Amino acid sequence: MKHAVELHEVDRRFRGVHALKSLSLTVEPGEVLGLLGHNGAGKSTMMKLVLGVLAPTSGRVTVLGEDPRGHNARNLRLQLGYLPENVSFYDNLSGREVLRYFSRLKRVPVRDADQLLERVGLGHAASRRVRTYSKGMRQRLGLAQALLGQPRLLLLDEPTVGLDPMAVRDVYGMIDSLRGSGTSVILCSHVLPGVERHIDRVAILCEGRLLASGTIDTLREEAGLPLRIHARGRGLNGALQARLDGHGVGFEPADAGSIRLTAPPSEKLQVLRALLEEPDLSDVTVEPPTLDSLYAHFDARGRNGGQPHA
Amino acid sequence: MREIFIVAEKEFRDGLRNRWILAITLAFALLAMGLAWFGAAASGEVGFTRISTTIVSLASLAVFLIPLIALMLAYDSIVGEDEQGTLLLLMTYPLSRTGLLAGKFLGHGAILALSTALGFGIAAVMIVMLAEQATFATLMGPFSLFIVSAILLGWTFLALAYLVSVVTREKARAAGLALLVWFLFVLVYDLALLGLLVGTEGRVDGGLFRTLLLLNPTDVFRLVNLTGFEETAAASGLLTVFGDASYSIGVLLGILAAWIVVPLTLAAGLFAARRT
Repeated sequence: MKHAVELHEVDRRFRGVHALKSLSLTVEPGEVLGLLGHNGAGKSTMMKLVLGVLAPTSGRVTVLGEDPRGHNARNLRLQLGYLPENVSFYDNLSGREVLRYFSRLKRVPVRDADQLLERVGLGHAASRRVRTYSKGMRQRLGLAQALLGQPRLLLLDEPTVGLDPMAVRDVYGMIDSLRGSGTSVILCSHVLPGVERHIDRVAILCEGRLLASGTIDTLREEAGLPLRIHARGRGLNGALQARLDGHGVGFEPADAGSIRLTAPPSEKLQVLRALLEEPDLSDVTVEPPTLDSLYAHFDARGRNGGQPHA
Repeated sequence: MREIFIVAEKEFRDGLRNRWILAITLAFALLAMGLAWFGAAASGEVGFTRISTTIVSLASLAVFLIPLIALMLAYDSIVGEDEQGTLLLLMTYPLSRTGLLAGKFLGHGAILALSTALGFGIAAVMIVMLAEQATFATLMGPFSLFIVSAILLGWTFLALAYLVSVVTREKARAAGLALLVWFLFVLVYDLALLGLLVGTEGRVDGGLFRTLLLLNPTDVFRLVNLTGFEETAAASGLLTVFGDASYSIGVLLGILAAWIVVPLTLAAGLFAARRT
């Protein structure tokens, strides 16, 4: 088994809707793939194909070396974990009962379910009915459910929606430790800030097509978005502007004590050298383009029919 | 197979938790005892009179109540899970759609069977204990038959409820459709037959008419419990057409069983063919 997940020229049509167009994508064992896209871009459809809930109209889907709708799908499903986007569970059952129900269905010892409840921080509320749970608690319960049976492939649809910042950190921490133990994760999200550090590769979907995929660094290279440089110090304008002329550097209006520049990635060191020669320079920060702006860049390009947005 | 029982157990626990079992049992017990005592009130008597009076009035009330309870119990079993998001989740588990439906039926069926048997059983025991005319020996037969046919009737409407739940995409719509099903089978069908009878001034072929009656599970339930008692004519005018030709109980129960199997199979087929 080479890839954890492999989609080969997958098409999926619904009545009148072409949800996925010739999508080819792989996820390696132990890799965290961030799947980004606008609403209706095909993220959920792709997840359902991987889960075997939907069949592709054409193309091939292979998950952990198996066909997710093939004769061995039952055993395959024991190794998958899935957190759907909107799940409210059974209001009348307690958190513990809900998780035990799913653990029995997944042939996981009930003991493990109770441990997982502790692990996601629901131990204190285990015997309360789900009806009384907050959105964040339901999300934690959903996450515990997805982690049942130590899955080899985890699909998380918007796992951090409705969570407070501490809980978001917990979720990312859990993803990090799973990655360490060799679990592949597909993380579907449009909440971007902070997620960069926890994903190995990004795939951007737009209107059913794969716009870009790769590590964040390769995407940055491909997009060629400018770096943002913020320098502090007195009198940084005149001479500097002359020295950086011809390097494609943009100057933004700033207050007297500081200056903001945008520079193409290739000119980063040139600009830094020029800045360091300034006698009154007191501080420099360099910000590479955020995942947020990368996504916006590729998404705009996708919507304009492949033409980069100026 | 194991998954079916896991689902069934969860449904049963749900039934205990939201007091369905308690409510149905109590309702049936009170209904049966009330009818046993006041069933003959029209003829100026109060108190247990005859087993036939009791069974006839019980059957004519149960035929309204049991389908309604069964439909209410199960109309949202699939569409509700769909709205909660748990259906999609369950489909990623090693559980087939047919398995899910079978588990639901097993769980709901057990809830209905238990509360029907308990409710009417308690009533029977109370009647034997409180009324001197009633003995266990005379009550046993008709009451058992009544309970068995009531359970089958309940299961029939459970199966119809799953059909409703599978073809709808919204809970509210499913509730409306379930009510329509109840209305059709319990009220409209008999009224239409009556209209047919009156409209043609009774010149409908007897065989055709009987077949039409046997096509409705609620009429079959009435037939099981009313035939053989002289009160039949008074209780249900329609069934007088069966005055001469009576069917064996086995055949009638068989028809009820078919009314369980056919809608259930249909629901499973439609559910399996559904895209999500």
